[in-house]
Amino acid sequence: MLNVGKIEEGFVLDHIKAGESLNIYRHLGLDKLDCTVAIIKNAKSEKMGKKDILKVECNIDTLNLDILGFIDHNITVNVVQDSKIVEKLPLFLPKEIKNVLKCKNPRCITSIEQELPHIFVLTDAAKEVYRCKYCEEKYGNSDF
Amino acid sequence: MRHLMSPLDFSVEELDKLFDLAADIEANPQKYAHACAGKKLATCFYEPSTRTRLSFESAMYNLGGNVLGFSDAGSSSAAKGESVSDTIRMISCYADICAMRHHKEGAPMVAATKSSIPVINAGDGGHQHPTQTLTDLLTIRSIKGRLNNFTIGLCGDLKFGRTAHSLIHALTRYANIRFIFISPEELKVPEYITEMLREENIPFEEVTKLESVMSELDILYMTRVQRERFFNEEDYVRLKDFYILNKEKMELAKDDMIILHPLPRVNEISVEVDDDPRARYFQQVQYGVYVRMALLLTLLEIEV
Repeated sequence: MLNVGKIEEGFVLDHIKAGESLNIYRHLGLDKLDCTVAIIKNAKSEKMGKKDILKVECNIDTLNLDILGFIDHNITVNVVQDSKIVEKLPLFLPKEIKNVLKCKNPRCITSIEQELPHIFVLTDAAKEVYRCKYCEEKYGNSDF
Repeated sequence: MRHLMSPLDFSVEELDKLFDLAADIEANPQKYAHACAGKKLATCFYEPSTRTRLSFESAMYNLGGNVLGFSDAGSSSAAKGESVSDTIRMISCYADICAMRHHKEGAPMVAATKSSIPVINAGDGGHQHPTQTLTDLLTIRSIKGRLNNFTIGLCGDLKFGRTAHSLIHALTRYANIRFIFISPEELKVPEYITEMLREENIPFEEVTKLESVMSELDILYMTRVQRERFFNEEDYVRLKDFYILNKEKMELAKDDMIILHPLPRVNEISVEVDDDPRARYFQQVQYGVYVRMALLLTLLEIEV
């Protein structure tokens, strides 16, 4: 079994769906940070069979919980200080997401006005449905 | 300051107030003849429209106001690449209120966020056309005397027809409405609408034959099969004549049933039906002017 050392201060994203860690790495902008990141793919999990884990050694404030909540609100966010987990942060579906998705509707105003922010509003929390603020085209996190 | 983007922007109580005002305008047009004196309406129509633009212009002139604007994108600064956000900032300096039609969905909403004057969505692509819905509701209320307790049949293109979708949404807020959707299989009402009706326990039926339900209807809302919504000419030609309302079918209808149509009509209502007292689609056009007059006064916060 592969061993990845503990981090001193930062966060551990646990219970990521197997294969999704690189996607999350990219969308959280971790590639732009000058800090240590461990990406663990296909780790054994009792709950999920297989899972991915991300260990990031940097301040928790750099993490955009809204994006993470939109991608998968079942991910566990562990905050680490002095090599110990001090807090587990809950994730929620954000009410609004901005510039995370692009509207694919060719009839949407965002298709011709490039400077407009792409905003999606949560319209059905039970079904995890978002709609484009402008044209109301339907999106889910599978469109991510 | 308020805008109108969707027919659901107004609560049922606010709609009642708007329709009361429209009814008063119908009864006492002279009282309102100078209500908007000194006010200017900008009609910003990025795509051609005869009815809606003229209806807005007629409404403003009836209120003693003035109108300026453009009637296609080619004659506006959009042809030079100006954004909607910039155009509305400029229009805000020229006019007191703006009615905008745009082929891109959400364009009037973008305008509303940058505007310092009220913006009315006069149709944005296949998305919303709230003033048509207000027209439909006012027509039903004025002729039937109520917006509840009836069976309404919507017939024709229920897949792409935004006026039908908006009307369904608007009517779900009133009690005891039963919907009958009459369309060919290919142009059925979208699933998200039938799902919504099921969730709210609102009764509806889907049929393909108009004759089979004609006798049950209090209102028949006919729609046109729109060529511009089809990618395939063959499908359009096959479906465009699926329903033609004629005298024969009208014999099956109740004496007090009313026929509405957002217009333009192509051939889905035979001209022989026009003289039937139950044909109310031209009267509906007149109600479109009254409701836009009421809307202009409401958004400009002018009390008479």
